[in-house]
Amino acid sequence: MDIFKIIDDFQRIDGDALGRLEYASRRHFMNRIGSKVAQAAVPTLFASIVNKAFAQSAGAVAVLNYALTLEYLEDEFYKAGNAAANLIPASDKTIFTQIGKHETQHVAFLVKALGTSAIAKPTFDFKYGGAFGDVFTNYKTFVTVSSALEDTGVRAYKGQATALKADPTILEYALQVHSVEARHAAVVRRLAATVTGNAAMKGWITGKEGAVPAIYAGEDNMTQGGKDLKGLASKSDAAISEAFDEPLSKEAVLAIAGPFIKA
Amino acid sequence: MIRLMKSKNNSGEKEGTSVVNRRLFLRSAGLATSLGTIVISAACSDDDPDPMIPGTGDAVDLGSGDIGVLNYAYALEQLEAAFYTQVIATPYAGMTDAEKTILTDIRDHEVIHREFFKTALGDKAIKGLTPNFAAIDFTKRDAVLGAAKLFEDTGVAAYNGAGKLIKDDGYLLLAGKIVSVEARHAAVIRDLIKPKSADFAGDDILNGDGMDKAVAPADILAAVKGYVKDTITGANVGK
Repeated sequence: MDIFKIIDDFQRIDGDALGRLEYASRRHFMNRIGSKVAQAAVPTLFASIVNKAFAQSAGAVAVLNYALTLEYLEDEFYKAGNAAANLIPASDKTIFTQIGKHETQHVAFLVKALGTSAIAKPTFDFKYGGAFGDVFTNYKTFVTVSSALEDTGVRAYKGQATALKADPTILEYALQVHSVEARHAAVVRRLAATVTGNAAMKGWITGKEGAVPAIYAGEDNMTQGGKDLKGLASKSDAAISEAFDEPLSKEAVLAIAGPFIKA
Repeated sequence: MIRLMKSKNNSGEKEGTSVVNRRLFLRSAGLATSLGTIVISAACSDDDPDPMIPGTGDAVDLGSGDIGVLNYAYALEQLEAAFYTQVIATPYAGMTDAEKTILTDIRDHEVIHREFFKTALGDKAIKGLTPNFAAIDFTKRDAVLGAAKLFEDTGVAAYNGAGKLIKDDGYLLLAGKIVSVEARHAAVIRDLIKPKSADFAGDDILNGDGMDKAVAPADILAAVKGYVKDTITGANVGK
């Protein structure tokens, strides 16, 4: 993480951020980081600056905690999956290790950004009330749930973009995570296609092709910017639906994620 | 497209030029440096004109405010659409059926994006750009997929960086609907290049917080200028 870039970014939102440091100048701050004694203190100082910047918008805090809920869910899901014996074949281990690493990074970033406003990690039930009872023993189920989680993540972040317009720095972070969730979704969807023998499942979403209908509701939308795109450039409905991913509201996402969350 | 075909034939006929072009392309393919900035030296810079490339470009101003952002997206989608159209028109040696299906899908998505922006912009749309793909050897899998990776990663970084410049909610949402599709493309292309590796969301492009890049229009335009003959200015995009 480029700590100075982030501080610069927050300076733009919160002009007084550095002023609240014990030492007023950036040089002093750098010196403090350089000294062993200061190293222990820096994370606390940093978190308080970040928190102050984010705290300017209650709306942003709500969005970030919503994102944190989903990232906690994904992080714990991959930690359990990657730790389960005889679940992920050796050939696919690298992919899920990489995805798990990112979810852990996303959680860490959000927790740090939110500081004392961060919600505690919920308790999860990945068996989804029994629907995915073998999720950590059957690779087909694991890949299916993974693809569903990633596609939900993409839709969830997308659905919050306009809510973050007043907080451009946070909007940009959200977009930077959003596209990573989409990278995850694409590669896992292709694994799912192979593992489940569903050739209709591609890296992109054709119509509303996906594992769990509620998650893909509305993905077959053909109207963009108020225009029905049917027949655009003589392309198929399939291609037009693939070319645009659709958002989901917070309510819809929480309804989908709800059964994963025990408390 | 006629120009594209012509320049491709030229590079195909002259082996020496083709080698030079490949080397230039490899150099230009370094999107991400360790500093996380985009450094793509133009394959054909102003002071080093490539005599192989016929025709000259026009000056194109993307405009200001949201229209500027939409034209910026339209410009990038034009380049991507032209690139994949060429990829499918002249498939590289050994293109498998599975690869052809993927690349055809991506071509269609990019053409749809291009036509969508053109329609949405109406009379405010910039002209059709003239791409310059002379540095890309379309007969070679490595060159084509390497260029595809560059274009997709650049597209993701561009949309991510443009988000905060957009004023209208509807346009912001539209950018979000498209950027995740570009990210899906990037992941799949990267997986074709290095199957089942961590590269689909590789440490070479993501930062230590597990985030994609977000790059400002000026830096993106500088990065792609070697691939378009027109001189694009976007100083007022989003302003």
